[in-house]
Amino acid sequence: MSKTNQKVKQPIISIKEMNKYYGDFHALTNIDLEVNIGERIVICGPSGSGKSTLIRCLNRLEAHQSGSVNVNGVELHQHMKDIDKVRSEVGMVFQHFNLFPHMTVLENCTAGPMWVNKVPPVEAHEIAMRYLERVNIPEQADKYPAQLSGGQQQRVAIARSLCMNPKVMLFDEPTSALDPEMVAEVLDTMTDLAQSGMTMIVVTHEMGFAKQVADRVIFMDEGKIVEANEPIAFFENPQSQRTKKFLSQVLVH
Amino acid sequence: MIQDTVTEDLLLRQPKFIAYLFATVLVCFLIFDPSQSIIGHLLEPALGEPDKSGLYGRFVTSFMLAVLMVLNLLAISLIPNFRLQVISVWIELLILFLSFFYSFDLSFEFIRSKIWFMVTQGIFTTLYVSAISIVIASFIAIIGAVAKMSSNGFAYAIASFYTSFFRGLPLLMQVYLIYLGFPQIGYVIDAVPAGIIALSLCYGAYMTEIFRAGIMSIDAGQWEGSRALGFKFSLIMRKIILPQSIPLIIPPTGNQFIAMLKDSSLVSVIGVWELMFLARTLGNKTFNHMEMLITAAMLYWMMTMVLELIQSRIERKYQKRQSR
Ligand SMILES: Nc1ncnc2c1ncn2[C@@H]1O[C@H](COP(=O)(O)OP(=O)(O)OP(=O)(O)O)[C@@H](O)[C@H]1O
Ligand SMILES: [Mg+2]
Repeated sequence: MSKTNQKVKQPIISIKEMNKYYGDFHALTNIDLEVNIGERIVICGPSGSGKSTLIRCLNRLEAHQSGSVNVNGVELHQHMKDIDKVRSEVGMVFQHFNLFPHMTVLENCTAGPMWVNKVPPVEAHEIAMRYLERVNIPEQADKYPAQLSGGQQQRVAIARSLCMNPKVMLFDEPTSALDPEMVAEVLDTMTDLAQSGMTMIVVTHEMGFAKQVADRVIFMDEGKIVEANEPIAFFENPQSQRTKKFLSQVLVH
Repeated sequence: MIQDTVTEDLLLRQPKFIAYLFATVLVCFLIFDPSQSIIGHLLEPALGEPDKSGLYGRFVTSFMLAVLMVLNLLAISLIPNFRLQVISVWIELLILFLSFFYSFDLSFEFIRSKIWFMVTQGIFTTLYVSAISIVIASFIAIIGAVAKMSSNGFAYAIASFYTSFFRGLPLLMQVYLIYLGFPQIGYVIDAVPAGIIALSLCYGAYMTEIFRAGIMSIDAGQWEGSRALGFKFSLIMRKIILPQSIPLIIPPTGNQFIAMLKDSSLVSVIGVWELMFLARTLGNKTFNHMEMLITAAMLYWMMTMVLELIQSRIERKYQKRQSR
C-alpha cells in the first residue's frame, strides 16, 4: 500500500471540541478531527448519526455553536468576512446533485469560475471542458441536467466542483440517490480523483470504496465520533460494539 | 387537470334530462314574462298586440323561447369538434350581449366620432400608466419579498408594514391620499405620476406575496449548491433563484397586470385622461353617457383579451422549456 506514503502532515481542516445544536437537539458532540492535505477520509454510521451535519459544518452550510472549525487556515464563525472565498476552495457534492436545472451542463460548470473567480469566458469554457472530459461526459456539455441520467448528473456535479480548483472535496452520500447500475461510474470517478491526490472527505455506505480508497475510516453514532482507524484495522478489528453491529449490518449485502 | 380517457354519456343525449331542462327553462321564461320583448313583437300577427295578449301571450312566447333554447343546445352538442363548439358558443353569447347593448338604442354616429380619440388618448394612457406601474411594482415586489424572508428585523418590519398598509386600504383611497396628501407636505405632484405611484405601491404589495411564494418554492438544494460554490446572496438571487421562479411568477403576475389595467380606471378620479375618464367626460355634453361607457367597456375587454393571449403564449414558452 503506497497510498499513505509520502504525505506531508499538514492539516487543511482542523476541528476542535466542536458542538452543534439544532434548537435543543445536540446533533454533534465534542467533535475533534484533523484532516491533512491529500488525505482521504470516509465517514460512515447509521442514519441520523450526524454525518451530513458534520461535513456541512466544514463550509458553514451549518453553523456550529461551540469549539472551533478551521478550514485552510481560516477560522469559521458567524461574523467572518470571507466565507465565499473559503467555500469556493471547498468543493461539495450532494446526494441530490443540486445542479442548476435552467442552465446547460457547460453553463453549470463555467458559472463558478466566471462569477466567483472572474475567469474570462473562453478560459472558463476550457476549464469546464477539461473537467467534463475528466468525468467522461464532454459530449453532454450542451444538454440540460434533466436530460441526463442520475449517474451522469452526479458526474457533472463533481466536474462543477472541480472547476473551482478546490483544495478539499466534500461528498455527502454521492451515490445514495442513484440506481444500482450507476453507482459504479460515480465511484470510479471518485477513485480516479483520489488517485490524483485530492483531499477528500466522503460520507458513504459504500464499504468497498472505503477499503480501496480511504486513508482513515470514521464511524459516527449519535453525534459522536465513535471510532477512527485505517481501513484494514477498521474493518478487520473494530473496537467498539456499535461499530461491530453497524459493520455486520452493512457488510452482509 | 388531466382528462380521463373514457367520457361519460352526454347529458343532452338523455331524453329525461332534456325534458327537465326544457321544463326549467320554460318556468324561468314564464317568470320573466317575455311577451313584451322582441319575440312578442315578432309574434304580433298571431297573438295580437303584446301588451294585450295576457297570460296566453306570456305562455306562447315563453314556450317558443324555451324550444329555441333547447334546440340550440342540442345543435351545439352535436358539433363533434371541440374548437368549433367553443367558437360557436362564443359567437352566440357575443350576439346576445351585443343585442342587449343594441337595445339601448345607442347613437353609433356619436361613438364613431369619438372612438378614435378614445383609442389614441384613452387606451394609450391606460396602457402606459399600467405598464410603467407593473414594472415598478415588480421591482418593489422583489425587494419586498426578499425583505419579508430576511432575518433582519428592520427589513421585515418595514416590508410587512408596507404590505399590510397597502393591501388594507382601498386603492381609490390610496389614489386620493397620494394626490392630495403630498401637497400637504409641500410637494405638489401631477395626476399621472400620482396615479402611477398609487398603482405601483398597491400592486407591489400584492406582488410581494406572489414573488415570495415563487422564491420559496425553489428547492433548498439550489441555495446550498450555489453557496457551496461561493456565490454571494445577490448573485444566487439573480442567476439561480429568480430565473427558476419566473415561470411560477408569470401566470399570477399576468393576472395582476390584467387587474391593474382595469383598476387604472380609478386614477380617472384625479383627472388622468385615461379610458375611464374619457368615457365619463366625452358623453357629458350631449348626454350620450351610455354610448361612451359601453365603448369603453368593449375597449377594456379587448385589451384584456389581447393580454390573455400574450400571457398564454409566454406560459406555453416556459412550459416547453421545463419539459425539455
Ligand atoms: N435542519 C435540521 N433541524 C433539526 N434537526 C436536524 C436538522 N438537520 C438534521 N437534523 C437532525 O440531526 C441529526 C443528524 O442529522 P444528519 O442529517 O446529519 O444525519 P446523517 O448521519 O447524515 O443521516 P443520513 O444517513 O440519514 O443522511 C438527525 O437526528 C436529524 O434529525
Ligand atoms: Mg445525511
